[in-house]
Amino acid sequence: MARYDRAITVFSPDGHLFQVEYALEAVRKGNAAVGVRGTDTIVLAVEKKSTPKLQDSRSVRKIVNLDNHIALACAGLKADARVLINRARIECQSHKLTVEDPVTVEYITRYIAGLQQKYTQSGGVRPFGLSTLIIGFDPYSGVPSLYQTDPSGTFSAWKANATGRNSNSIREFLEKNYKETSGQETVKLAMRALLEVVESGGKNLEVAVMTKDHGLRQLEEAEIDAIVAEIDAEKAAAEAAKKAPPKET
Amino acid sequence: MESVFGLVGKDFAIVVADSSAVHSILLHKTNEDKIMLLDSHKLMGASGETGDRAQFTEYIQKNVALYQFRNGIPLTTAAAANFTRGELATALRKNPYMVNIILAGYDKETGPSLYFIDYIASLHKLDKAAFGYGSYFALSMMDRHYQRDMTVEEAVNLVDKVIMEIRSRLVVAPPNFVIKIVDKDGAREYAWRESIKDAPVIAS
Repeated sequence: MARYDRAITVFSPDGHLFQVEYALEAVRKGNAAVGVRGTDTIVLAVEKKSTPKLQDSRSVRKIVNLDNHIALACAGLKADARVLINRARIECQSHKLTVEDPVTVEYITRYIAGLQQKYTQSGGVRPFGLSTLIIGFDPYSGVPSLYQTDPSGTFSAWKANATGRNSNSIREFLEKNYKETSGQETVKLAMRALLEVVESGGKNLEVAVMTKDHGLRQLEEAEIDAIVAEIDAEKAAAEAAKKAPPKET
Repeated sequence: MESVFGLVGKDFAIVVADSSAVHSILLHKTNEDKIMLLDSHKLMGASGETGDRAQFTEYIQKNVALYQFRNGIPLTTAAAANFTRGELATALRKNPYMVNIILAGYDKETGPSLYFIDYIASLHKLDKAAFGYGSYFALSMMDRHYQRDMTVEEAVNLVDKVIMEIRSRLVVAPPNFVIKIVDKDGAREYAWRESIKDAPVIAS
């Protein structure tokens, strides 16, 4: 197999593109990121690994704006993310310049995925080592969307998804607990999912909420702490209800 | 025949442009908006070749937006003016944009400012500026009546005086004008000065 993983334009005999698979490994080592789509709210929550004491945490934003109505979070190589995000931001403006319409979420996702795919079929380059979660509201229909792309260049729409570290456990949690939510309930669902694998506390999570009217809003640490406290209280209440004997049989 | 002019007042700047879309001897419409909102606190009034005007100002607008997304903070008015001038200068030796621009903006730190950028990429920071045949009358009126730190009412009064001069003295005077203002609350349309209204379309 070692002979088939140097240049990624080469298939291995059993049909693998090893470089792409190695890129997916890089994603699996990246920090956990969760996206949940509600009826009027979409939430992205990303794990914040412990900040070094001297680092200015405001310069490390993990959830970014691509345009007024589109945001992106990713897991994997952050330096690769910068390049992809820059290209996506240019494309958002370029699209507005040529057709006088803001991009739809699907369009920009297709663009980013197309870019990731191009780097799996070119000589002398390696794939981008990241998977992205892209959220936004379609500019005219107002429909909320959540999409995911990965290093192979595939993309699809999701009601809720996770990527990065422990994404399988988070996805299992979401599959069990997903229901149509709106407003604050969507935020809580996203945070509950992420808290399955991340240490509790405002300084370990970065959460951003997008609504149709107010665009992307990053939650302050204090707000996150408050919601975490609510979630913990709800969990404790659920535990207590389970342990207490039922009054009516 | 196009007129664009602007002036700086106390904590605000005003840009005025005529609103005729002319093609040879035909007046297509009299409510063409030639003052583009570059971002929340910048106005770009442009006159010149119609296609170049629309293309160039939209290009600048999208690049200003891109800068904001990339860097998390908006461009200052001075930076936007220098960027615009740079683009005009680069295009000058190959395919010049025949567009004259009055760029006005409000920055929190430095207040209102106005920039004169002509089609061969001259850049001047000024208190009052004007382009087009109307500039002969606009500059004279503003030189006579302009004062630093005018209020909005005084400034609009002066604007109306200028429009009166253009209307009465320019042989092919544009009938309608649009006035836009930018201050700490942002850039927005202030008023129209219309002497001809497009006839309403009768529903059939």
